[in-house]
Amino acid sequence: MIRADSDIVLEVHGLRATVNDIEILKGIDLTVRRGEIHAIMGTNGSGKSTLAKVLAGHEAYRVTGGSVVFEGGNLLDLEPEARARAGVFLAFQYPIEIPGVANSHFLRLAYNTLRAQRGEEELDPLEFEDFVRDKMKLLEMNPDFLDRGVNEGFSGGEKKRNEILQMALLEPRLAILDETDSGLDIDALRIVTQGVNRLANRDNAIILVTHYQRMLNHIVPDYVHVMESGRIVKTGEKSLALELETRGYDWVSGERRAAAGV
Amino acid sequence: MGTVTVAGGYLESLLQGQPRPPSSPLAWFNQLRADAVERASALKVPTTRDEEWRFTDISPLLGLSFQPVSAGSALDAADVGRFHLKEAAIRLVFVDGVYAPALSRRPEKVGTGPVVANLSEAVVAHATMVKPHLARHARFQDDVFTAVNTAFMHDGALVFLPRGAAIRSPIHLLFIASQKAAASHPRCLVIAEAGSEAMVIEDYVTLQQEAYVNNAVTEIVLADHARIDHVRIQRDGIEAFHLGRCAVSLARESRYRSVAIALGARISRYNLDTLLAAEGAECTLDGLALITGRQLADTHTCIDHAMPHGTSRQSHKCIVDDTAHAVFNGKIMVRTGAQHTDSSQSSRNLLLGARARVDTKPQLEIFADDVKCAHGATVGQLDSEEVFYLKSRGLTETAARNLLTYAFGAEIIDRIPVASLKHRLERTVLDHTQRS
Repeated sequence: MIRADSDIVLEVHGLRATVNDIEILKGIDLTVRRGEIHAIMGTNGSGKSTLAKVLAGHEAYRVTGGSVVFEGGNLLDLEPEARARAGVFLAFQYPIEIPGVANSHFLRLAYNTLRAQRGEEELDPLEFEDFVRDKMKLLEMNPDFLDRGVNEGFSGGEKKRNEILQMALLEPRLAILDETDSGLDIDALRIVTQGVNRLANRDNAIILVTHYQRMLNHIVPDYVHVMESGRIVKTGEKSLALELETRGYDWVSGERRAAAGV
Repeated sequence: MGTVTVAGGYLESLLQGQPRPPSSPLAWFNQLRADAVERASALKVPTTRDEEWRFTDISPLLGLSFQPVSAGSALDAADVGRFHLKEAAIRLVFVDGVYAPALSRRPEKVGTGPVVANLSEAVVAHATMVKPHLARHARFQDDVFTAVNTAFMHDGALVFLPRGAAIRSPIHLLFIASQKAAASHPRCLVIAEAGSEAMVIEDYVTLQQEAYVNNAVTEIVLADHARIDHVRIQRDGIEAFHLGRCAVSLARESRYRSVAIALGARISRYNLDTLLAAEGAECTLDGLALITGRQLADTHTCIDHAMPHGTSRQSHKCIVDDTAHAVFNGKIMVRTGAQHTDSSQSSRNLLLGARARVDTKPQLEIFADDVKCAHGATVGQLDSEEVFYLKSRGLTETAARNLLTYAFGAEIIDRIPVASLKHRLERTVLDHTQRS
C-alpha cells in the first residue's frame, strides 16, 4: 500500500555491480517505502536476480558504484549475516539442500540468532517446535518437514514454502523474493502467495523479482519496474505487468528504441 | 639398510619385550601363535616405499618403547561408566587389551544359545567351531601387524551365533586404553551361522593422552542368510597409534553392514577386507575420518566380489583440518564369473585447513563383463553458495562453516543404528567443528 508519509526502507542510487569483471548492474535507482510491494520484472539476463543477490550481499558480485541505504544506514558496508540481522531477507530462487542438518535445527538456529540480536532469550527445541508449527500452518506445511534435512529431497514447491516459512520466522523489514513463483504448480503458487500476503504489513516492504505476471495475480504490487540490460527502464502501476504479459518484453525495448530515435 | 636394522629391532622389542601370553591348553592355538611369531620375525615393518603404505609413514611408531601391561585392571565401574551405551545389554570390556570381567556384562550361556565371551577362555570350550575360522580370514602371512596380533593372541571377543539366533541387544566391545606405552593386541572373532543376526560395536576409547599402540584384528564370518551390523569407533588418544584390521567373509545371501568412524590417534590405519564368497551376498561399508592437528588417518578397504549377484555399497568421507592427512584406498575387485555384480563407491573429502591433505584412490579391478560398477571421488572445500545461504539467514561465517562441516559428517554418523552412540558422536563432531 502506498502512503506518501511512509518511511523509506531502501534507497538505491546509481548501483553498479560486476561479476567476473562483467558489468551486470549499470546504474539502478530504486526507492522502497514501508508498506510497499515492488515487482521487478525483466527477461533472463536483465540483471534482476543479480540485484536481489547484491542487496543480500552475495560475495560473487562486486559493487563498483552507487549507494544503497537501508533504514538510514549504508547496507553495502554490512556482511550478509549483518544484513540479515538488520532485517533484509532474500528468498532464494534455488534454495540450498543441506543433508545432515535437520530443518528444525536450521530454522531454530536462524531464529535464535535473530532473537539474540534483539536481546531476547533463545528458544529451546520444545518452545521452538510449538512456535514453528504455528507458522507452518500458514503455509499448509506438513510438520514432517521439520525432521528432514534442510530442503533435502523437497520438491520445488516445498522448497519455496520453506523459504517463506523462514520469512515468517525472521519477520524482515525488507523481503526480496527471487523468482519465488518459478517451479510452482497452481496450488503451491496459491499457498505461497497467500503466505506472503499474510506477512505483508504496513511496517515492512517486499520486492518481488519475477519473470512472469502470474504471481502478481495473487500478490498485488504497488509498483512494477521493468529491467533491461542492468537498468530499470520503465516503472508503472500494477497494470504495467498485464501490459507486459500481452505485449511482451520486446514492447518495452521497442518503445525505448523509438524514444531514442534509433 | 638403516631401516631394516631399525625395523628388525623394533619387531624384536615388540615380540620379546612384551610378556608372552600364557600358553593355551589347545595345541593348535599355540601353534598358530608360534607360526605367527616366525612370520612376524621374517616380515618387515612397512615403509612409504611399500605401495600399500605409500602415504602413511609409521616410522614414529618405531621410536616408542613398550611397557609390559600390568595384568588385571585397576579401573572400577565409575571410571568407565561414561563409555557405556544404554542400548547395549551385553558389554565386554578390555583394559589395555586385557579382559576385565568385573566391568563386563555378559549374558548367561543357556544350552546351545549364542556365545559372547572372552576369546582366550571361550576358545577352549568352543574349539571345534573356532578352529576352522580363527586366523583363516585375517591371514597373517603377508601382514606384519596381523602377524604380531596373532603372535600375542589372547584376550578379545568371541561371538558365536548359532543357526537362526538373533541377539536383539547390540554387543558392545569396549577397548579402554589406560596406561602409557602399552601395546594391546585385541583379537575378535564373530561367527554367524545360517540365518543368525546381531550387531557388534567395536569401540576404542582412552583414559589418557600419551602414546600407546592398539593393534586390533577382527574376523567376521557370515553363513548363508546371516546378518551382521558392525559399528567401529576409533576414538583413541591423540598420541596413540592405531592399527586395525577386519576381515569379513560372506556366504550366500548374507548381509554385512559396517560403519567405521576414525576420530582419534596420531596415526591410524584401518584395513577392512570384505569377501563376497557366495552368490547374492551384500555389503554396505560406510566410513568417516574426522581429523585435525597433525593426525593421520588411513583407511584401506577391499571388496572382493568373487561370486555372481553380489551387491556392495560404499560411502567414505574425510574431514581434514589443520595439517592433518587422510588416506583412502578403496579397492573393488570383481572376479571372472562374478556376473551381475552391482557395486557403487563414493569417496568425498572436505579439506578445511590450507595445509590439510587427502589422498584418495578408488581402485576398480573388473574381470567380469556383465556388471554395474559406479564410483566417484571428490575433494573440496565448503561450497560457497551453501555458506552464503546460511549467512543470509543471519549465521556468522564461522557458524555457517561449522554447521556445514557437521552436516557433511553427520550423513555417515546417521547410519549408526544405535541412537545414544549416534547422538554422542554428533556432539563430538559439533564440538570438533566449533573448536576449529
